[in-house]
Amino acid sequence: MYAFDIHRPETLGEAARLLSGNEDAKLMAGGQTLIPTLKQRLAQPSDLIDLGQVGDLKGIREEAGGLTIGAMTTHATVQFAPLVKRVIPSLADLAGHIGDAQVRNRGTLGGSIVNNDPAADYPGAVLALGATVRTNKRQIAGDSFFTGMFETALDPGEIVTAVHFPRPDSGRYMKFRNPASRYAIVGVYVAKTGGAVRVAVTGAAACAFRWTAAEQALTRSFTADALESLTVDPSDLNSDLHASAEYRAHLVKVMAKRAVAGMM
Amino acid sequence: MTAPLDTAPSGTGIGKAVRRREDQRFLTGRGTYTEDINRPGQLHAYILRSPHAHARINGIDTSAAREAPGVVAIFTGADMAADKVGSLPCGWQIHNKDGTPMAEPPHPPLVTDTVRHVGDQVAVVIAETKNQAKDAAELIQVDYEPLPAVVSTADADAPDQPQVHPNAPNNVCYDWHLGDKAAVDAAFARAAHVTTLDLVNNRLVPNAMEPRAYIGEYEPSTGDYTLYTTSQNPHVIRLLMGAFVLSIPEHKLRVVAPDVGGGFGSKIYHYAEEAIVTWASRKLGRPIKRVAERSESFLSDAHGRDHVTRAELALDKDGRFLGLRVATKANMGAYLSTFAPAIPTYLYGTLLAGQYATPAIYVEVKALFTHTVPVDAYRGAGRPEACYLLERIVDVAARETGIDRAELRRRNLIRPEQMPYATPVALTYDSGNFPRILERALELADYKGFAARKAESARRGKLRGLGLCSYIEACGIAPSNVAGALGARAGLYESAEVRFHPTGSVTVFTGTHSHGQSHETTFAQIVAEKLGVPIENVDIVHGDTAKVPMGMGTYGSRSLPVGGSAIVKAVDKVVAKARKIAAHMMEAAEADIEFKDGRFSVAGTDKSVGIADVALTAYVPHNYPLEELEPGLDEKAFYDPKNFTFPNGTQISEVEIDPETGVVEIASFIAVDDFGRIVNPMVVEGQVHGGVVQGIGQALYENCVYDPESGQLVTGSFMDYCMPRADDVPSFTVQTDETSPCTHNPLGVKGCGEAGAIGGSACIMNAVVDALSEHGIRHIDMPATPNRVWQAIQAARVPVAAE
Repeated sequence: MYAFDIHRPETLGEAARLLSGNEDAKLMAGGQTLIPTLKQRLAQPSDLIDLGQVGDLKGIREEAGGLTIGAMTTHATVQFAPLVKRVIPSLADLAGHIGDAQVRNRGTLGGSIVNNDPAADYPGAVLALGATVRTNKRQIAGDSFFTGMFETALDPGEIVTAVHFPRPDSGRYMKFRNPASRYAIVGVYVAKTGGAVRVAVTGAAACAFRWTAAEQALTRSFTADALESLTVDPSDLNSDLHASAEYRAHLVKVMAKRAVAGMM
Repeated sequence: MTAPLDTAPSGTGIGKAVRRREDQRFLTGRGTYTEDINRPGQLHAYILRSPHAHARINGIDTSAAREAPGVVAIFTGADMAADKVGSLPCGWQIHNKDGTPMAEPPHPPLVTDTVRHVGDQVAVVIAETKNQAKDAAELIQVDYEPLPAVVSTADADAPDQPQVHPNAPNNVCYDWHLGDKAAVDAAFARAAHVTTLDLVNNRLVPNAMEPRAYIGEYEPSTGDYTLYTTSQNPHVIRLLMGAFVLSIPEHKLRVVAPDVGGGFGSKIYHYAEEAIVTWASRKLGRPIKRVAERSESFLSDAHGRDHVTRAELALDKDGRFLGLRVATKANMGAYLSTFAPAIPTYLYGTLLAGQYATPAIYVEVKALFTHTVPVDAYRGAGRPEACYLLERIVDVAARETGIDRAELRRRNLIRPEQMPYATPVALTYDSGNFPRILERALELADYKGFAARKAESARRGKLRGLGLCSYIEACGIAPSNVAGALGARAGLYESAEVRFHPTGSVTVFTGTHSHGQSHETTFAQIVAEKLGVPIENVDIVHGDTAKVPMGMGTYGSRSLPVGGSAIVKAVDKVVAKARKIAAHMMEAAEADIEFKDGRFSVAGTDKSVGIADVALTAYVPHNYPLEELEPGLDEKAFYDPKNFTFPNGTQISEVEIDPETGVVEIASFIAVDDFGRIVNPMVVEGQVHGGVVQGIGQALYENCVYDPESGQLVTGSFMDYCMPRADDVPSFTVQTDETSPCTHNPLGVKGCGEAGAIGGSACIMNAVVDALSEHGIRHIDMPATPNRVWQAIQAARVPVAAE
C-alpha cells in the first residue's frame, strides 16, 4: 500500500469539501474493493476520505411505501433488518448472498453501486426495483445510473447519500455465484409491481442490464414457461475462466425461470 | 463416529481420543509462528520477482532504489555469485531409460541472466521496514528482453517449443520407465478387451494457511547463524542450505521451525529465500526477516500434480486385469525443487498396481521443464495421481465391459492370503485386507440401494452418481537403502531422544515436525503408555536443530510410522536401562524384573519400585552400579524403516448434478480406511476429513491455470483460485479397520495424513462421471466446475439433437 492521508469527516458537507478539487482523493465506504486494490498497489490516492463517521449516511427507513437505505448501510444490516424483511424481503435476501459474512459486515450499499463492479449484486436490485439514487446534489433514476463497466452517472465530487427502493408486490433474486470469489457469475432479479415486471441481470455483462424481452414475456404471462422460447445473445456477455459467454447466456434464462418459479 | 473427549488419566493411552494438547495455545492465539518472532535490530527483505515467464536480463539498475528511504542494501544474483553461493540442490536423482542421469540445471537463489517463470527471484531489497523495501523495489530498473515461453505439459517436449534450459534439450528433464514392457505387450496381445483413457491431473497450488516466512541471523562474535523458517523439516534445510548453498558447517548453523501453519508438502523444500536472508544477514550484520504475502505464495510456493497421461488396461473375457500400460508427461516447472524428480517416478509409477493383482505393468514418465513455478510433492505426492488414473480407468473398463464396478474390483483385488504381495512395480505390500474393506464400504454406502436413490434424484430433475475408489499408498518414507538405490541423496530414517528427568517427567525430542498433525498429543500418548507416566508429564519437542539430534521431518505420512517407531525404540532403551537400575535397587536379578504400568517389580514377590524413583536414582547415583552403568536416563534412537507402510481403503461418494447449471453437489462421502493400529481416533478422523476436502478441492474447485501465450499465472489469487470451503462439503462418515496392522514397525501403524487426498479426487470424479454417463459421457477432466460439466452435457446432447 502506498502512503496516503486519511480523513474522517463527520458531515457530508465536510466530506464534499475534502473531495472537491482534489482529483487524487478517493472516498472510502466499506472498503471491500478499495482496500484490496490499495494493498495490491493498483491505486495510489493522495487522500482517502472515510465516510464511516458521517452519521446521516446510515440507516433504513420506510418512505412512500418503499425503503430508503442510507449509502453507508452495510449488507449485513440490510440482510437482517426486520423492516427490509417485511417490506422488500427479496432485497434482504440479496444482501445475504453478497460475499461472505466478513464482507457483509463491512461492505455498503453505496460502495457497491458506486463501484459498479459488473459482478456486484446490488446493481441488479437498483434496476429491478426501479430505485432512485440520491446524491448530495440530485436524484438519479436507477435506470440511468449504471453507464458501463465500473462507470456511473455520478459527476466528479458527487456523493451518493441513499437509495430509495419502491416496494414491489413480489420479487426474487436468483444468484449463480462464482465459487471462488462469491461474486455473481449471473444474478437475475425479477420484480413484479401490479401488471409491470422488471427483470434485471447482473454479472453477465459489462454492466447490469434489464432483460426487456423477458419483461415483455412475463408481463403477458407471469410463468417460468413464458421464458422458455427466449434466448439471450451471448455476443455481448462476459467470458472468463469461470464461465463462457454461452454458459452465462444460458444461466441468465435458468436463473430468471427459477426466480419466477420462486415467486409463484 | 463420535469423537470421545475422555482426558482422564485412564483415557490417554494408545487408542484413546485424547484432546489435542496444542489447541490451548493455537485456539487462544498463543502460538509462536515465524512472523511472531522479532529479533533485535531486525531488517526486512522484499524479493523483486520477475513479471515475465521467460526473459533475458540485460541489466539491473538499482541506483535510484538504493537512495530510497530506509534502504540498507540491495543484492542481485551477481552479488550472490561473487560470494560463490551455490545452486539450490535437488535431493533426488532419476536416471533415464538408457541409464544416463537426468538433466539437472542450476537453480540460483537469485537469477543471474535469465528469468524462467513469473515470480522468479531477481533481486532482494533490504530495508528498515517491509513497506520501505517494497517501495524501493519499484525503483529498480530491470532491462528485460522478453522471450517466448512454454507452460503446457502436453506440448513442452515438442521440437519447436521455447527451451527452458540449454542443457535440457526439448525441455526433457528425464525419460524414465519402470516395469516389464515385453510382458505388458504380451498381455495386451491376448486381451479380450482394452480400455484406453487420456486424462489430465490438474496443477494445484498448495495454499497452506500460513505463508512462508523466514528470519536469517548471524552472530559475528561466534560465527553462528540461525534461520527461523516455516519448514516441515529443519534438519533437512540445515543440510541442504548449509552444505550445498552457503557452505556453513552444521555446528555453526541452527535452523528453527517453530509453530508452522500447514504445509501439505510445500514447506518441505529448501527455498531461495531461506538462503537469501541467511546469506545477507552476515553481509549486513543484522537479522533479516522476510514474510511472503499471499500473492507471492501463489508465485513462489512449489505447486503440485500437473500430469498428462495416456493409460491402457488389458482385460481378459472375465474382466481380470492382464496388463496396464501408462505413459505420463509430468511438469517439473522451471527448476527442480528438492524432491520433484521422485514424485512422478518412485511415488507414482510404483503405485500403479493399486489394490489389484495386475500381473504386468509398464509405465513411462517424461519429466518436462516449463516456464512455470516448480512442481513438487503436494499432499499425497504422486500417489493421488496414480490412484486417480487407476480408479478412473477401472470405472471406464467396468462400463465398457458391462461388469458392475464393485464386482470388477472384487475380481481383481489382491487377496489377504497373497500377503506379502510383490507387485510388478517394485513394491512389496506387507499387509491389508482389501476385499473386507471394500465390502464394508459397500454396505455402509448401501450400494444396493443406489438405484432407488438415483430414481429419487431424477424425480427432482437431478443426475445422481456414485463413485467408488479403492486406494493404496506407500507411506512411512522410507527404507534408506531402498531409497538410495532409487536415487535419494539422503537417508530417510528418523531420530528420537527420550529424556527421563530426575523427578518423573519426560521430554521427547523428535526429528519429525508437527504443523497440523497433532504430534504433541499423539506422541505423548505413546510415551505415556509405554513408560507408565501421566501424559501431563510428557512433553514433545520438535523443530529445532539445536535441540533435536537429527531429523528428516514430516511428509509422506511418515511421522508416526517412522518418527513414532524411533520414539518407541528410544523408550525401549530407557526401559531396558531402568530395568537394570531397578534390579540393583531391589537386589534382584535383571531377568526377574517385570515392568508394567510404570512400575518395576520382582517376579513372585511384592517388591516393586516406580520408574520415577528409578530415574531419580539414575541421576543421584549414590546407591548405583557405577562400574556397570552410566548415570542418567536419557536415550537416543535412530529408526530406519524396513519397508514402506501401505495404508489403504475404499471411499464411496454420491453426488447430485443439476443438469441445467452443471453444479455438482456432494450428497455423501464414506471412507473406510486401514491405517493399521490407531493411536488417536479423533486425530485420525480429522486428518481424513482434511485430506478428503483436499481431494474434493481438486475434483471440483481448484485449478492452477497459466496463460499459454504470456505464461502469466491466471489464477493468482483466491478470487480465481477456488479453495473448497466448509459449506461445499457434506459431513463425512469415517471408519477405520485395525485388523491388518503393519507387520514391520513396532506400533503396527501405517500413517494417515495423505489418505483422504489420495482417494478423494478419484472418488468424486467417478461419481461425477457416473452421474453424467446417462448422457453418454465417458470422462471429463478435473476440476468438474459447473461451466465444464454444463459444456460436457451440451456437447453430449448435440448428436441427439441431430437425429
